[in-house]
Amino acid sequence: MVDYSKYVRKEDTQWCPGCTNGIVERAIINSVDALGWEMRDVVFISGIGCSGRMSSYMKCNTVHTPHGRTLPVAEGIARMCPGKHVIAVSGDGDGGSIGRSHFAQECLENVDMTYIIINNFTYALTKGQASPTTPTGTKAAMMPYGVYTRTLDLCNFAIGSGATFVARSTVLDLRTLEKTIQAAFLHHGFSFIESPSCCPINFGLKNGMRSTHEVKEWMETLFLQKKKFDILSDEEKAGKFPTGILKQELGVPEGNDAYAAQVKEIQAIAREQPAVALSSYGEAKGE
Amino acid sequence: MCARAAFASGCRAAGVYPITPSSEISDELALLLPKAGYVFKQKEDEIAAIAFAAGCSMAGFKAMTITSGPGFALMSEFLGYLFMTEVPLVVINVMRGGPGTGLPTRPAQGDVLNARNPTPGDVRAIVLAPGSALQCYSETVRAFDLAERFMQPIIILSDELVGHADCHVSVSDIENIQTNTILRRQNPLDSYQPYGVKKDEPAILNPFFNGQQYHITGLHHDRTGFPTEDHILCQELIDRHFEKVNAHLDEIEHFETYKMDDADYVIVCYGSVALSAINAIDRMREGKRPIKVGMFQPLTLWPSPEKRMFEIARDFPEENILVVEMNKGQYRGEVERAMRNRPQVLLKANGRPITPAEIETKIRSMHHG
Repeated sequence: MVDYSKYVRKEDTQWCPGCTNGIVERAIINSVDALGWEMRDVVFISGIGCSGRMSSYMKCNTVHTPHGRTLPVAEGIARMCPGKHVIAVSGDGDGGSIGRSHFAQECLENVDMTYIIINNFTYALTKGQASPTTPTGTKAAMMPYGVYTRTLDLCNFAIGSGATFVARSTVLDLRTLEKTIQAAFLHHGFSFIESPSCCPINFGLKNGMRSTHEVKEWMETLFLQKKKFDILSDEEKAGKFPTGILKQELGVPEGNDAYAAQVKEIQAIAREQPAVALSSYGEAKGE
Repeated sequence: MCARAAFASGCRAAGVYPITPSSEISDELALLLPKAGYVFKQKEDEIAAIAFAAGCSMAGFKAMTITSGPGFALMSEFLGYLFMTEVPLVVINVMRGGPGTGLPTRPAQGDVLNARNPTPGDVRAIVLAPGSALQCYSETVRAFDLAERFMQPIIILSDELVGHADCHVSVSDIENIQTNTILRRQNPLDSYQPYGVKKDEPAILNPFFNGQQYHITGLHHDRTGFPTEDHILCQELIDRHFEKVNAHLDEIEHFETYKMDDADYVIVCYGSVALSAINAIDRMREGKRPIKVGMFQPLTLWPSPEKRMFEIARDFPEENILVVEMNKGQYRGEVERAMRNRPQVLLKANGRPITPAEIETKIRSMHHG
């Protein structure tokens, strides 16, 4: 049994009744506990939105960043403190919309950290506007006649951006989510997990779903295991998303390792050359 | 010079995005930092650049970012976050002609008012404006010290002329400048409150991973760092952000004077204009009809050296004071406020430097009425 008082600052949260963000929080804590990580070695970073609240609940060094800027801050910390555990959590608006350029870049940087996007299909904190992951045709606060834009597949985006670990695991199955998060924690490099979550208040009610249970039932029609997804025909695949570890690429140099290797090379060359005096610095640079 | 000074000041990380005319500083740092095993990172945009640098600073290391006007505008949200969270950072803005994309390769001083309040909300910004290569060095060193002292972003306003200048600096002058005179305060107690400090003192943010587990948020927060909406605590927080600067103006104010002792006229200017002014003053003091002119150059633009400016207004009539700026008069208002009079002005905002000849012509016309 996990002693949660070791990991959370307080028991109560500000999330709405029926919200499933807490399941992701629990899965993260269980994974940290299972791997035996010390909370003093963990930094937890979140952005703005319902998911952003999570950082203030965790009992470690925590940062609540401006909207969408979770990842560059996380990279700064990860680059300065290699070997520490950096966990970043965003929502689908924070990471998939305003922070999407940073998301794409961090996939390439491959610095050792775990990034979880809690995808509740909506901007919940601002009362239900459409996010890039809001399914086409559903209704949202600023799209009362229905979303006419196509839906962003966060995992495909991460794979396309060159991420080395990409997984999707819903809140419907806590044990699988935990296992996925543990695998992501152990991956040496940038690991990304999309965790679809229920927002009964700001997404469900707008779309004829009156309870968490109904949102869960709707989600069950959307997400299915990768091996079941793969055997579907192309028409059947439309509008559905595979779950599980979708990509894990080993052998790509981790961001800090790559930089350290370069620094080592530069310093080796510098040792061979005589030190450059300050007064002749300009000339030396021109060579 | 800025890059060298940053390095000497113990800058351990830089997050930047290329923009003319600031890239030279970044280029230099890109050579210096990795060689020493420190972190230099070109990010995907200015927002990420400042966020990256801020992350490095939170981790407990001195960090900086370098940009120009349009990039500075993109950083404005994050600057507000840094003021709120009291995370120190040095931000260099090498000004170019604006607004908009403006004149990328031409000088201007159009960001002076923007730098005073670079972000939505009430902030007490500290803005430094070096005018020569040596000042670039000394002011950057000072910026790193001030950042650690006051736990907030320190803005350096340089301009294209300073940024692209090719000039000589004596090595001994640089070696005389003391670096790293202020270290970031720490609190070893596990139960300490990062924002639980006296009402005129900055927050104490220990480096991460030291055992103390505090929270950093851009929301209004209480002494522990956790969000609050309590009206008394919110007022106290903002008051403290102002008071920590206002109560220690003597540590921040810095200015340079040139031949003020026997002057009949005084030129108030800052940044690269000071170089033109010094040249013009030397010229006017020689020749057949010499005029005794002096110069007052604030190195700390904000908070302005208002006491000193008030003293100048006591010694000189307003007809004998000339404010020279490469903009439409952004600092003029502050000079008028501090001096409680209306000095003469020489303004130019076409991306061309103000020449010594122009200053001389203006002073001579003032002299002859």
